[in-house]
Amino acid sequence: MKYLYFPGCSLKGTGKAYEESLLAVFRALGVELKEIDDWNCCGATAYMSVDEAKSYALAGRNLAIAEREELDVIAPCSACYLGLNKAQKSLQDHPEIRARVTKALAAAGLEYHGKVKVRHPLDVLINDVGLDAIAKRIKSPLKGHKFAPYYGCQIVRPFASFDDQYDPKTMDKLLAAAGAENVTFPLKTRCCGGSLTGTVPEVGLRLAYIILKEAKKRGAEAVVTVCPLCQFNLDGYQDQIARKFEAVDMPVVYFTQVLGLAMGLSADELGLKRSIISADVVLAGR
Amino acid sequence: MADNNANKQQPNGLPRIGFYICHCGSNIAGTIDVADVAKYAAGLPGVVVSRDYKYMCSDPGQEMIAQDIREHKLERLVVAACSPNLHEETFRKAAAKGGLNSFFFQMVNIREHASWVHEDKKAATAKAKDLARAAVYRVRFHKALEKQQVPVDPNVLVVGGGIAGIHAALTLANAGKKVTLVERESTIGGHMAAFDKTFPTLDCAACILTPKMSAVKSHPNITLWTYSEVSKVEGYVGNYKVTVKRKPRYVIEDLCVGCMECIDACVFKEPKFADKFNQGLGKRKPVYIDFPQATPKVVMIDPETCIQFKTGKCKKSCAEACDRKAIDFDQKEEVKELQVGAIILATGFKTFDAKKEPHYGYGKYPGVFTALEIERLVNASGPTSGEVVLRDGKHPKAVGIIHCVGSRDEKTNKWCSRVCCMYSLKLAHLIKEHSGAEVYNFYIDIRAAGKAYEEFYDKLLSEGVHFIRGRVAEVTDWAMTPEEEGKLVLRVEDTLAGFVRRVPVDMVVLATGLEPQADAQEVRRRFNIGCGNEGFFQERHPKLAPVNTFTDGIFIAGACQSPKDIPDTVAQAGAAAAEALVLIDAGHVELEPNTSHVVEEECCGCKSCVPLCPYTAITFDEAKKKAVINEVICKGCGVCAAACPSGSIRQNLFEDEEIFSEIEGVLGK
Amino acid sequence: MAITQMMKYEADRDADFARWATSQTGGENLRHCIQCGVCSATCPLSLYMDYTPRRLINLAREGFKNEVLSSLTIWLCASCYACRVECPKKIQVTDIMYALKRRAIQEGVYPKRFPIPVLAKEFGRMIFMWGRVNETLLVIDLFLRTNWFKFLSMTGLGLNLMRTGRMSFLPDSIRRKDELRKILNALEADKTEVAK
Repeated sequence: MKYLYFPGCSLKGTGKAYEESLLAVFRALGVELKEIDDWNCCGATAYMSVDEAKSYALAGRNLAIAEREELDVIAPCSACYLGLNKAQKSLQDHPEIRARVTKALAAAGLEYHGKVKVRHPLDVLINDVGLDAIAKRIKSPLKGHKFAPYYGCQIVRPFASFDDQYDPKTMDKLLAAAGAENVTFPLKTRCCGGSLTGTVPEVGLRLAYIILKEAKKRGAEAVVTVCPLCQFNLDGYQDQIARKFEAVDMPVVYFTQVLGLAMGLSADELGLKRSIISADVVLAGR
Repeated sequence: MADNNANKQQPNGLPRIGFYICHCGSNIAGTIDVADVAKYAAGLPGVVVSRDYKYMCSDPGQEMIAQDIREHKLERLVVAACSPNLHEETFRKAAAKGGLNSFFFQMVNIREHASWVHEDKKAATAKAKDLARAAVYRVRFHKALEKQQVPVDPNVLVVGGGIAGIHAALTLANAGKKVTLVERESTIGGHMAAFDKTFPTLDCAACILTPKMSAVKSHPNITLWTYSEVSKVEGYVGNYKVTVKRKPRYVIEDLCVGCMECIDACVFKEPKFADKFNQGLGKRKPVYIDFPQATPKVVMIDPETCIQFKTGKCKKSCAEACDRKAIDFDQKEEVKELQVGAIILATGFKTFDAKKEPHYGYGKYPGVFTALEIERLVNASGPTSGEVVLRDGKHPKAVGIIHCVGSRDEKTNKWCSRVCCMYSLKLAHLIKEHSGAEVYNFYIDIRAAGKAYEEFYDKLLSEGVHFIRGRVAEVTDWAMTPEEEGKLVLRVEDTLAGFVRRVPVDMVVLATGLEPQADAQEVRRRFNIGCGNEGFFQERHPKLAPVNTFTDGIFIAGACQSPKDIPDTVAQAGAAAAEALVLIDAGHVELEPNTSHVVEEECCGCKSCVPLCPYTAITFDEAKKKAVINEVICKGCGVCAAACPSGSIRQNLFEDEEIFSEIEGVLGK
Repeated sequence: MAITQMMKYEADRDADFARWATSQTGGENLRHCIQCGVCSATCPLSLYMDYTPRRLINLAREGFKNEVLSSLTIWLCASCYACRVECPKKIQVTDIMYALKRRAIQEGVYPKRFPIPVLAKEFGRMIFMWGRVNETLLVIDLFLRTNWFKFLSMTGLGLNLMRTGRMSFLPDSIRRKDELRKILNALEADKTEVAK
């Protein structure tokens, strides 16, 4: 099994732990990831507010480079996952935008045909690798650990390509396979605050606080995320949340970190030390 | 009106043709230059008269045509106007009035096919000319044809025993017709039998329905077959042969008197299985009757739960208890055949599956109910004897009714289900009356457009029921404040106030919309009628033929045609019965002569046409080795004529020379 | 308490703006809105908005351009797409918000020093420069341009990120920067052409 890998800017920056744990887990599962050559920023949500066609062209350059190899692309960051998929969809639905973008790409000698599939690691783990194969690799199940599976918005919305939009289950299944218990979490797909935590903290912090508080109320020892921005917001702003609302003290980890632990990988190689709110509770019992 | 008729000389051999083009007010003349088309047609070979006129279908228009036929000795007639669906018959009559065989006429649809669908006047006019030319070329080859008359069987089949079917059957029976009413469930009554009260008068549904149910049962002109389904329909208007399957209920209907002693005697001492009639809120035994006034009042045995059926080792105490020996574990399905002249379909609706809107929590939170469940809960003969309680037995202090669940939503059903606003108001009233709870209605628009409906809305407003205008986003147990703990919270924008509210309640009622029955497509195929895009049965005309279908002799009534409340359903059922009476009392029907026939000497006896005929009108004469078409059954679809390898099947009005000359006409200049 | 006139005259409407809004990607269904408010109800940020998303949709399709473009609403949209998924008329509310943000930036009517549009613009600039975004540099830049005092409240976060090795002051760059610039410039030239 081999895939192209689109890390995106966050996984090289504040979301390093996601990249470390993702690569470690896929390596251990025997899945090869090849980083897309000279990839650029996906455009995220911010660029769409500046220029629509350019935003699609940013995605277009990455996709055009990826198209040279006949492999599916894995995009672990939710914003990248949506940005690339949305560009594909829009370029398919709107011929006039496609014509402009194709022309611009051609100016740089690139060709876009829209034939690459952009997928989320959850999708690949569940549907390609398979729960059975993963279960076989579980060496030290996370017995007794309780997590709040938190998917955030952009991997299930607006497109429901591999999971239910209201009650996604793919991560729940992986965490259960890792031996952990999932709490019933009604805020699974609620917004973490996105970039508002930084730009308008008086608004953004409340969103992050609501999610952390509910996870605690439901008895979770940690929130498990699939997105570097969710992780950053929920983990990084807890001191400000404590000042503005109350201290929640809730570790926020990536699903790949939890899965990696159960597969017997070390906390260090999974980047668990990079959590601002200590994730030691997840390590308890090992 | 232009005069294009300066005594034209007629080329030898061509029949003398009259061409007429209608303005249809501005419907046609607004887009097509009708005078120009008339002038053009005047120059076509054979055309001796060509006129345009404001309303060709009017009396003067028809009279003009008849007079021209006489004066100009016309032998063929072409009218370019609207759809033949509307006025073909009108102009056929005008032709006959002038002394011409009605089938020496061809109609051109330049309204639906040109003026209504185009904006470019020049192009639309050119298209009208092309179509006119095609008809002029074709009509030359038309032959004189006669309509055939066949008698109509006076008996009627009504399918579906809800209020629509009941009302239609009773109307016909009271008019002296023999009716067979076929119902799929074990009792008639349909959805209405499950309702508590009816809006806007709040009279009890059972009180007004059950007398009609027993009238059906006792009427000498009605044969009632419940737990039965139509499996096959053959024949044609006035002469349908219908096959009905009578499913085994394991109780001999003629012997059972509905004493229910068998139910008491059942080895299950307590009711244990979900009671479908009570929406699963109550329990029943394997031997049961849906409700006390079920009609016919005959018990049923459910083989899925009965021990005798599952193991064969029950002591059969029910059978022992029956002194009339009505219980028959070996009962088999029966197949019956019926001969009827007309069929009324009143197959009703189903409600939207609330689980398809998962964010409303139906099936996830026990406090969430469907409207039909609440109908049973507030009903004095329901599972709680009319007490409004939650599934855990607690009394709700606040209740939220969410409107438009599975209605007005492109993700589920686009249409407005018409009845939900009113039944939600009714349930709001009943819940408040029965429980004293605070009741909130979450609506998008209140649609109370019926007699005394707005007044009912006004009554609810005065009762202090809350009306919050907004579609609820979510029902959740996620609490933000102490008073929300342990409650179901509804998030909604109060669109009239302009801000979002969170409303905590104990009970949520989902006002589920109305949908076509799950097997509506199968049923429509069986009866050879159409369905609209949304899956409801298609009426012949939305305004002027609301109970007719495109198949003569088959009528529709009630919610199978579109969502409807009881008053409208009953009105439509009466209309369907009247249409059936018109057909029956005429005594005969005229059949279109557009049928196929076999030119015997050319038929090679290959039989390829026989299985193709969708109306089983073709048989094979083994003695002569030739195919034979029953022209009474033939619907003129043309499949056989197209498929016949020897070209020996011809179809009236679609002869080769007619079609080829029409094609030449439409393509040529 | 200030008294303001709330009534609007027909002359206050900008019909061209309404037409523009319905012609944007995702705006095609705007006219189908039945004002049910499910977008506002599901929106995690509507509680802070001056106009709820539903009201904004109505203002946009009626052509009340000033109210729409100067609203806080468009800048508070976090692009979580909840409204789009819920909308019974399949209106792509998020995409409409994007279109309105672009228009507001274009016309320069957004609140000055308001961090969100500034972030969007800086984001674009950084991509043009390096092809990738360095979150640390982006945030520093943002605060310098908006409210450097607020920056101080972020120092805790900064220290934490540094401690956990999640912060970098070196811009991450792609190799073929001119390839990317050619693409973006081509679109810029194309845009000017369209405008002509």
